Amino acid sequence: MIPGENLKYSKDHEWVRIDGETATIGITNYAQVQLGDIVYVELPEIGMVADRDEAICAVESVKTAADVMTPVSGEVLEVNEKLEDNPELINEDPYSAWIMKIQMADLSDLDNLLSEDEYAAFCEEEE
Amino acid sequence: MKKTPLYETHLELGAKMVDFGGWAMPVQYSGIINEHKAVRESAGIFDVSHMGEIFISGPDAGGYSDFLVTNDLSKMTPGKVIYSPMCYQDGGCVDDVLVYCLSAENYLFAVNASNIEKDFEWIMTNSGMFDVIVENISDSYAQLAVQGPLAQEILAELTEIDLNEIGFFEHNVSMEIGGVRATVSRTGYTGEDGFELYIASHKGPGLFKKILETGGERILPCGLGARDTLRFESCLPLYGHELSHEISPLKAGLKSFIKLDKEDFIGKEALASEEQQGVSEKIAGFEMLERGIARNGYEVFNLDGEKIGFVTSGSMCPTLSKNMGLAHIHAEYSKTGTEILIGIRNKKVKAVTVKKPFYKKKYKKRGGVV
Repeated sequence: MIPGENLKYSKDHEWVRIDGETATIGITNYAQVQLGDIVYVELPEIGMVADRDEAICAVESVKTAADVMTPVSGEVLEVNEKLEDNPELINEDPYSAWIMKIQMADLSDLDNLLSEDEYAAFCEEEE
Repeated sequence: MKKTPLYETHLELGAKMVDFGGWAMPVQYSGIINEHKAVRESAGIFDVSHMGEIFISGPDAGGYSDFLVTNDLSKMTPGKVIYSPMCYQDGGCVDDVLVYCLSAENYLFAVNASNIEKDFEWIMTNSGMFDVIVENISDSYAQLAVQGPLAQEILAELTEIDLNEIGFFEHNVSMEIGGVRATVSRTGYTGEDGFELYIASHKGPGLFKKILETGGERILPCGLGARDTLRFESCLPLYGHELSHEISPLKAGLKSFIKLDKEDFIGKEALASEEQQGVSEKIAGFEMLERGIARNGYEVFNLDGEKIGFVTSGSMCPTLSKNMGLAHIHAEYSKTGTEILIGIRNKKVKAVTVKKPFYKKKYKKRGGVV
């Protein structure tokens, strides 16, 4: 699974792609493997304003419901509606199946995120 | 964490292991939906060695077994298996068990993994007036479940015994299968035809692999994840969810397994009075009308927003591709077609009560598939 360039990661297993002040957010390959077959994504509402690390939506597998924490503060600009009917896209390609785009309120939130190598090391510790 | 004799086998097969009530168990191998479908359409094999076996023997073994459970064992003969709740004096449930009449003076209780110690103590404590010996032989046994429409065809290739001779809820106490001595019953927890095999624990890994090899593309190793979705679709109760000390078998809708007209048994008085007064709560099945998946513990409300109970199990049903649930709710709302609300995170999501089971069981009873 190739994550692509310029991704940052949270310890809650979200990935973040930065484009100016917009953060595109999804869950990592590690997270989708841990969850197994994803059968439902509860998307956040557009316009919703959330603080960093707030549970903003949920991804559910057959077995469990997992909260998705937003790794950055800000306002939800866009959600990936394709996931409503095809939640399995996250299993198929977690780095294409983005969940939401957030207009960042504070760019310094990015300082808390991990690089690809740091995240890989973090996942190894989790095992 | 406790390990079954097949622990290493699961790792070799690439299972994802989880902590299940203190046991390291495979939750899935290739994926829950995939494994679920294999059992519905072909066959699956499960390691259920974490389940317990309690052996009751002696001149009063039959009478005592009958006294312990709500179902009627009095006419039970060797070779039969009976499902029954086992209750406290107050009518609450100690466990739900499979009782095997191995011979006139030998009975085997197959019990839930999380209840082994509690059940053993309960069975010991109440045995005073009976001439019996009670033994917890759980660690000596591995238990495998082979389930699905092709289960019989696959197992038949491993034994000389005609499996048609084992009827629904019957067993062969000692037969050779795959070169291993086993007690084999036509029972299961999936809503499909299938068998459960009890073997010496050290024989577990070998037989598990042999059945997989023999089945080839017809069979998949299945984890506890699929076991749960399969039993859930068939609305088979899970102890601790649809049955518990608080949820009596009457509330759980298991009235046909409670024989109030039989001789004395533990919990009889309480259950008789509960039946006479009518149960205040029931386990009802429901289907989500709006988006969302109900999960164990979520609150249930009426359309006025008043709390009427809680979800006991909920999942996407792989065979039906629908989001369903079971809930413990005030009896007045349990009537089929009643709209209710499920509290999912910060929302109240609409659902409607439906008939149980969600999936029609395909047991192979004498005279064809029923």
